[in-house]
Amino acid sequence: MIALIRAPLAFFRLFYQSVYLALGQIWTNKTRSILTSIGIVIGVASVTSVIATLTGLKAKILTQVETFGTNTIFISPQLPDTGPLRHNSWWNIRFLPEQFDGLLENCPSVARFSRIGSAGRRTVQYRERSAENVQVRGIESAYHEIEHRPVILGRAFSVIDNMQVRQVCLIDPKLQKELHLDRDCIGQTIRIGHNAFVIVGVIERRPELGFGEGGEDYYEVFIPFRTIFKFGEPWIWAFAAGESADVLEEAQAEIKFFLRQTRNIKAGEPDSFRVESLKGALKTFNNIAIMVTLVAGGIVGISLMVGGVGIMNIMLVSVSERTREIGLRKAVGARKSAILTQFLIEAVVLCFVGGLVGVGIGHLLTLIISAINPVLEKTSIPMWAIAISFGFAGSVGIFFGMFPAIKAARLDPIEALRHE
Amino acid sequence: MAEKAEKLVIKLQNVTKIYKVGVEHIRALDGINLHLRENEYVAVMGPSGSGKSTLMNVLGCLDRASSGYYEMDGQDTTKMSDAALARIRNERIGFVFQSFELLGRLSALKNVEMPLIYSRDGWWSRRQRAKKVLERVGLSDRIKHKPNQLSGGEKQRVAIARALVCNPSILLADEPTGNLDSKTSQGILELFDQLYREGQTIIIVTHEEDIARHANRIIHMRDGRIYSDLPREQDLLSKAAIQNDSQEKRI
Repeated sequence: MIALIRAPLAFFRLFYQSVYLALGQIWTNKTRSILTSIGIVIGVASVTSVIATLTGLKAKILTQVETFGTNTIFISPQLPDTGPLRHNSWWNIRFLPEQFDGLLENCPSVARFSRIGSAGRRTVQYRERSAENVQVRGIESAYHEIEHRPVILGRAFSVIDNMQVRQVCLIDPKLQKELHLDRDCIGQTIRIGHNAFVIVGVIERRPELGFGEGGEDYYEVFIPFRTIFKFGEPWIWAFAAGESADVLEEAQAEIKFFLRQTRNIKAGEPDSFRVESLKGALKTFNNIAIMVTLVAGGIVGISLMVGGVGIMNIMLVSVSERTREIGLRKAVGARKSAILTQFLIEAVVLCFVGGLVGVGIGHLLTLIISAINPVLEKTSIPMWAIAISFGFAGSVGIFFGMFPAIKAARLDPIEALRHE
Repeated sequence: MAEKAEKLVIKLQNVTKIYKVGVEHIRALDGINLHLRENEYVAVMGPSGSGKSTLMNVLGCLDRASSGYYEMDGQDTTKMSDAALARIRNERIGFVFQSFELLGRLSALKNVEMPLIYSRDGWWSRRQRAKKVLERVGLSDRIKHKPNQLSGGEKQRVAIARALVCNPSILLADEPTGNLDSKTSQGILELFDQLYREGQTIIIVTHEEDIARHANRIIHMRDGRIYSDLPREQDLLSKAAIQNDSQEKRI
């Protein structure tokens, strides 16, 4: 009974004593300890900041996907990788508006779709004020629902607007502000290029993506799809939405099949367009994230290995420096296990201290990264990353501390006491 | 008292220690028989290479005999595991070394506490026990000092306190005054005398007559053998006789 209580107590006091001795030893050899644990510090700092950055990026992209919708299909021309078309010009493989005629009837899994025609960037004027580089796009009414960009003021385009090729437009609230339009600007006329357009509504601004598009001086104007042809033949792509997220892949397959027919692609020839969903893109991103994590993990692993060799080196130095001490400890009754534990814990404590500093520096790096790049504003170190870093640092300590500790434990006390 | 004095602390029977150096076998100990009772004060003398250090190591359970039988407090140590020997060293033997062997970064108190760290029972009360034993060697005002703030004699007193802190059956001192001047040596020897009067069993290894004279039993070694083992008075007489013999021979 007493032995049952004593065994863990004995272990506890050995443990406590070893940690105490180890901290004392590290404190006595401050410079040496700092230099030794730099490898561990760098390893842990990089693993935490890489994981934090990836987690932040993922969180950002996931919120983007949520606002954008996992049910959205993106259709655009693409040069095939193989076949005679691969050296063709982009213009030759453009979509023609009639290639989408009858798409909804032929694709039962597709709930709605909208062609989008781009007239490029134009200058928009209202009285004496003007905005340069405004994206002008022709859309169909399904656009608002697919892209989650409802009309917040006024009305959306009617079928008649489109049929009659009316010169009406929806504008972006930012552009409204830039041009000093009235708060209720419905019915006011602006000039897009050389044409006058009547504003029928204000469309919700696209959520800030951060990458590529967007930014301070990015404005959008939307006009009915058929009206876009007044600016010349547009570059056309399309957005579609499936009946539900579950049938998204079927919907993609149906669209592909349909477009191959309307674009006269013969059996065996590659597609000259792409039909993609964010689901697929998300999968790709996840794969990339895993790859990056693995590569970073490998680099960090090497860095920890290097750090571990440093630890082993310094522990060997420490053992030979303290040979007499080991001899004395053995003479006064320290068992092999006590000496082993003492040196092992010293190595592990060294690694843990390195790990602690590493997590601190990693946190600092993460703060800097998130401050510099607004895309990564959600970056933070997850608890499991800290746990992993510490786990690794500890294992490195045990692994590389084992050899010097065994060496110390095996010393013959008589020889050790005679050591100069 | 007489009954207590009968109790054997150490019993060596025909103990040998053989070192292999290349093809040569060196008999560092060659058939040692030794009985030591409680509260004896023994000096082991002999020239260097006589095997007295090896005897110390074997008695201190730092080294195992090549053959023979060694009993410590009634326990046969010859077949003990390393861990059990470590426990014997911890609980029954106190070492005092010529060069003190104090840990420089620890205070006197921490140095004295050190053996108790490895003991089963002493750990919880180690501070009080260390303080008490430092008081016993007359250093109660030097508890917080580091070894480099202590004089040579004080260092050796700390080392003696460390050897005593586990209440050992025997105190093994290897040239305890070898690094000290004669005045400080005198103080240390007085401390040994005091400990002896308090009932401590002491073995002291030395090559100096003056120091050996403090002991009440003197053992002379040569070539790994004990060639004289006499109480102090008889030892002095025999020495005088030998001197007389050699003088007569010279004449």
